[in-house]
Amino acid sequence: MAKIHVTTKINGEDAEFLCEPQQTMLDVLRDELSLTGSKEGCGSGDCGACSIIVDGRLVCSCLMFGAEASGAEITTIEGIANGDTLHPLQQKFLEHAALQCGFCTPGVLVASKALLDANPSPTEEQARYWLAGNLCRCTGYDKIIEAVMDAAAEMRGE
Amino acid sequence: MATVNVSNQMCRPYVGDTQELELEVDTVRALINELERRFPGLGPQVEESMAVAIDGVIVQDTYLEPIGPDSEVFLIPKIAGG
Amino acid sequence: MNYLGKDVQLKVVGTRPIRPDGVEKVNGRAAFGADVAVSGMIHAKVVRSPHAHARIKSIDTSKAEAVKGVSAVITGADLPDIPSEEAFVGEGPANFREMSHNVIARGKVLYDGHAVAAVAATSAAIAEEAARLVEVEYEVLPHVISVEEAMADGAPVLHDDMFTQGVDPKPTKASNVAKRVEFKLGDSNAAFSKADVIVERQYKTQPVHQAYIEPHACVVSYNPDGQAQIWCSSQGQFMVRAFCAKLLGMDIASIRVMPLEIGGGFGGKTLVYLEPLALALSKKSGRPVKMVMSREEVFRGSGPTSGGTINVKIGATKNGRIVAAECETILQAGAFPGSPVGPACMTAFACYDLTDVTAFGYDVVSNRPKVAAYRAPGAPISTFAVESAVDELAQNLGMDPGELRLINAAKDETKAAYGPTLKNIGFVETLEAAVASQHYTSDLGEAPKGKRRGRGIASGFWFNIGGESSGATYVNEDGTVTVVSGNPDIGGSRASMGMMAAEVLGIEVERVRTIVGDTASVGYSFLTGGSRVTFATGMAVTQSAEEVRDDLCRRAALIWEIDADAVEWRDGHAHPAGENAGKFDPLSLSDIAAKSGRTGGPIAAKSSINAQGAGPGYATHICDVEVDEETGHVAVLRYTAVQDVGKAIHPAYVEGQMQGGAVQGIGWALNEEYIYNKDGRLDNPGFLDYRVPVASDLPMIETVLIEVPNPRHPFGAKGVGEVPIVPPMAAVANAISNATGLRMPNLPMSPPHVRAALDAAKA
Repeated sequence: MAKIHVTTKINGEDAEFLCEPQQTMLDVLRDELSLTGSKEGCGSGDCGACSIIVDGRLVCSCLMFGAEASGAEITTIEGIANGDTLHPLQQKFLEHAALQCGFCTPGVLVASKALLDANPSPTEEQARYWLAGNLCRCTGYDKIIEAVMDAAAEMRGE
Repeated sequence: MATVNVSNQMCRPYVGDTQELELEVDTVRALINELERRFPGLGPQVEESMAVAIDGVIVQDTYLEPIGPDSEVFLIPKIAGG
Repeated sequence: MNYLGKDVQLKVVGTRPIRPDGVEKVNGRAAFGADVAVSGMIHAKVVRSPHAHARIKSIDTSKAEAVKGVSAVITGADLPDIPSEEAFVGEGPANFREMSHNVIARGKVLYDGHAVAAVAATSAAIAEEAARLVEVEYEVLPHVISVEEAMADGAPVLHDDMFTQGVDPKPTKASNVAKRVEFKLGDSNAAFSKADVIVERQYKTQPVHQAYIEPHACVVSYNPDGQAQIWCSSQGQFMVRAFCAKLLGMDIASIRVMPLEIGGGFGGKTLVYLEPLALALSKKSGRPVKMVMSREEVFRGSGPTSGGTINVKIGATKNGRIVAAECETILQAGAFPGSPVGPACMTAFACYDLTDVTAFGYDVVSNRPKVAAYRAPGAPISTFAVESAVDELAQNLGMDPGELRLINAAKDETKAAYGPTLKNIGFVETLEAAVASQHYTSDLGEAPKGKRRGRGIASGFWFNIGGESSGATYVNEDGTVTVVSGNPDIGGSRASMGMMAAEVLGIEVERVRTIVGDTASVGYSFLTGGSRVTFATGMAVTQSAEEVRDDLCRRAALIWEIDADAVEWRDGHAHPAGENAGKFDPLSLSDIAAKSGRTGGPIAAKSSINAQGAGPGYATHICDVEVDEETGHVAVLRYTAVQDVGKAIHPAYVEGQMQGGAVQGIGWALNEEYIYNKDGRLDNPGFLDYRVPVASDLPMIETVLIEVPNPRHPFGAKGVGEVPIVPPMAAVANAISNATGLRMPNLPMSPPHVRAALDAAKA
C-alpha cells in the first residue's frame, strides 16, 4: 500500500514524513522522526505516556493516526523547553523530585503544560483530575502535583 | 562458644531434632566446615541456600564474617527482595 | 570509616540536590529500553499460547518463514535443553531449566500468554503478521487458576515430576504443591490457653502486577565471532548477562549488557523474558534484533506477585499482650514453583515481640504467569492478614490499635518470630511518631450524608539485603569527579551515590557525575532489588571515594615533599596536618588533579564488596477513608507513612519511595486484580480494566522519616524501597472497618465487593 505524505509542524518547525495509513502518530514520532521522548506504555490510550499537544488539544499520540497530523501544529516533550531554558514545569519537576524512573515524565509534563495553558490557576483537585489520564507507578503522584502547583504559581509570577 | 540455632526446617533433614549447638567457630567459613563435619550435607545447604544471623545481623554468601566467642548464630533461609 | 554521630557535620548527605540524570528525563532524551536503534536492526514478536494449559503437539513455522521480510523464526527447540539447576536470584531460589521453559515453552504451555515461538522480520508489523501464521497444534488440557483448585484432590497437575518438598514422608504422588515451609518459636498451640481473647479469620489477596509503565524491551546483537551485545532495561545488567549466558549456553565474557534507563521495575524486571529470545533470533538471523512487549503481553506473559490465602489466629491477654500467634499462608507461584512463601511466613509476625508463634505456608503452582518479585515479596500478603487481625484484636479488647501495637512491638534484643535477635531497629519509634502525629490525633470530620469515615493504622517489616556490589570513583583532569555504579538506577540512586562520594571528597555534589556502568566497565553487582543499592552499592562507592581521598592526600604530600601522614583532607582540599607538617597553602582537588600525571598517573579507585548487615526496615501507616454506602466506593482522604530509614541520603527520593510504595499498596487494597474467564484466559490485560491508582484517586501522601542509623553503613542508611508497600492493605482495611464496622478479609476492596459486604451486613 502506498505511503501517505504528511506535512505538519512539530515543535515550531516544519516537518514532513511518509507513513502507512494505519501507523499511529506515536510510531511516526518515534520511528520516522526519531522523537523518542514520547513513550508507549500501553498503546491503548490508558497511560498517557505518549501525550502530545495537537492544535492546543492534549492527545494520546497512540490513538491518533500519523496521517491526521497533516496541517496540524504539534508539541511534543522535545519542544517544551525554550532552547537551553527549561520550561518552569521541567524545572519544578527536577526541584521537587517529581520523577523516579522518568518513563511517564514526558507525558505528564506535556499534559501538565496543556493544563496550565488552559488554566493558569488550577486547584489541586483540578490538577489531579486533569492528570488522571497519566499513570505514574513510582511516585504516588504527590511530588508531581506539588511540582505542577509550584510551576503554576511561578508562571503566575507569585 | 557460639550458640548456633539449627532449628530451621531447612536444617532438619540433616540435624533431625537438634535445635541448638555450642560450637567453637570464629567465622562463617569455620561454621560451615564444622556443620558439615557434624552433619554431612548441611555445610553446602547453609552455604548455598541459607543466611546466617550473627547477633541479629543477617549475613549471606560470605565466608569472612567473624563470629564472636559468645555470639548467637541463627540459620535462616536466604533473603532476597524486589 | 563511618560518618555517624552528632559531631559529624554532613554537608551533602541529607540535602536535596537535583539528580544528575534529571534533565534528560524531563526533556525526553533519556534512552529507555525501546528507544535504542542499532544499524541493521530487525524486529521480533512473540507467539503466545491462547490456552491456560495444553500439550504442544506440533509447531509449523513454514508459513511464517515464507512471509517476505521474515529473517528467522524460533521455537523452544532453538534454545539449548539445560539441566535442572537451582540458583539464588532476585526473589529467591530459581531453577534455570524452569526459567528457560518460562521464556519459551517446551512440550506444554502452562498459562495464557506463555511464549511458544518468536518471529523476526524487517518491521514489527511484518513480524506480527508472520507470528499469526505460526501454526501450533494444541491438545488442550484441564487447567487450574486458584490455589484452592490447584490443591484440590484430582486437580490437573502442571508438572508430573514435582513432589512436595518440606513434608515428611516425601510424597509419592506428584502434585501442584511445590513445597511447605515452617517457622516456629515456642509452642503456639499450647500458649493459646493463656489468651483471654482470640481472633481467627481467613484472608485472601489477589495477584497484582508490578505495572511498571515501561513494557519490557531490548535490542540484542549477536556477532559472527560469538560476541553479543544487549541493550535493555532491567533491574540488573549482570543478571541479564548471567541468565542469557545460562539459557543460551554462552560464556559470560561473550555477552556485554548495556543498561538503559529503566521505566520502573519494582521487582518485575529482576529476570529475563525477551533477551534470550532476541539473542537466539539474532544468532539465527545474523541481524541485531529488537523486541518490545505490548502492554497486553506484559500482563499475560510477565510475572505478577502471588495471590494468597492466609489463615491467622492471634490470642492475647485482656491487657493486650499477645501470647500466641499462628499464620498459614498459601501462595500462588504461577506456572513454576517459587512464590515468596518463605519471606511471607518470616515477615508475618516480625513486628511483634512474641514467644510462641508458628508460621507455615505452601508454594502452589497453577496455570498463571510465573510470579516475579514485587516490593518486599511475600510480606504484604501475610501482613495484610496479620495486621487486620491485630486491628480486630484491638477492637475486641476495646484498645487503641496503636497502643496495642506499642505493647507488643519488637525492639532491640527482641527475638524475632523468624529466629534471630533484632538489633538497631526503629519500629517503636515509627509507632510512637504515628500515634503522636497530627494526623492520628486529628478529628475525622463529619462525613457527608450516605458516607462513613474511618481511620486505620497498620505496620510492616522488611529485612532489606546487602550483597555483592561495585562502584568506582574517577577524578577527571579538571578536578571534577565521575562515579560509576554497578546498579541500574530506578528511583534516583545516581543522586545518592554521587552525594555520598561528594560528602567523602568534601566537594559540591554538582561536581560529581554518576553513571551506571555496563557489564564490561564496572565490577559485578547483584541486581537492583531488596532495597540494597543505597546500602550496598553506596558502601562500595563510599569506599572508592575514600581511597581516592587518601590518594589525593598522598599526591599532595608528594607535591609538598612531606610525609603522606602529614596531610589531611578537609573541605575538598589537602591541608598540612598541624604545625609540624609545614606551612603550605591548601591544595584543591582541581590543583591536585592538574598534577596527577606528574604525581603518578590518573587518580581513580574502584571498590567491589560483599556488603553485609543491611538493617531491617519498619513502617507504620495511617489511613483515613470515606466509604460511599450506595456505591461501595472507598476514597482515601488522608494518608501518612512513617518509616525508619536509617539515614535518608536524599530525603526527597526516600519520601518518593515511601509515597510510591504506599500508593501501590492502596491500589492492591482497593482496585487491582486479575480476572480470568472460565477458559483460563486473562480478561483484563490492559490499564483500562486493570486499574492502578490515578492522581485523582489520591490525597497527598504525608511522610515521616525516622532515622535510627544502621552502624554497618558509613552514613547509617537502611534500605527504604520495599517496606512502604507492606502496611497499606491492612491500613485501608482497618480504616474501612473503623468506618463501617465491617471486616473486609478479601482483596481488592473494590466497590462491588464493599457494596456486597454492606448489603450482607444489612440483611
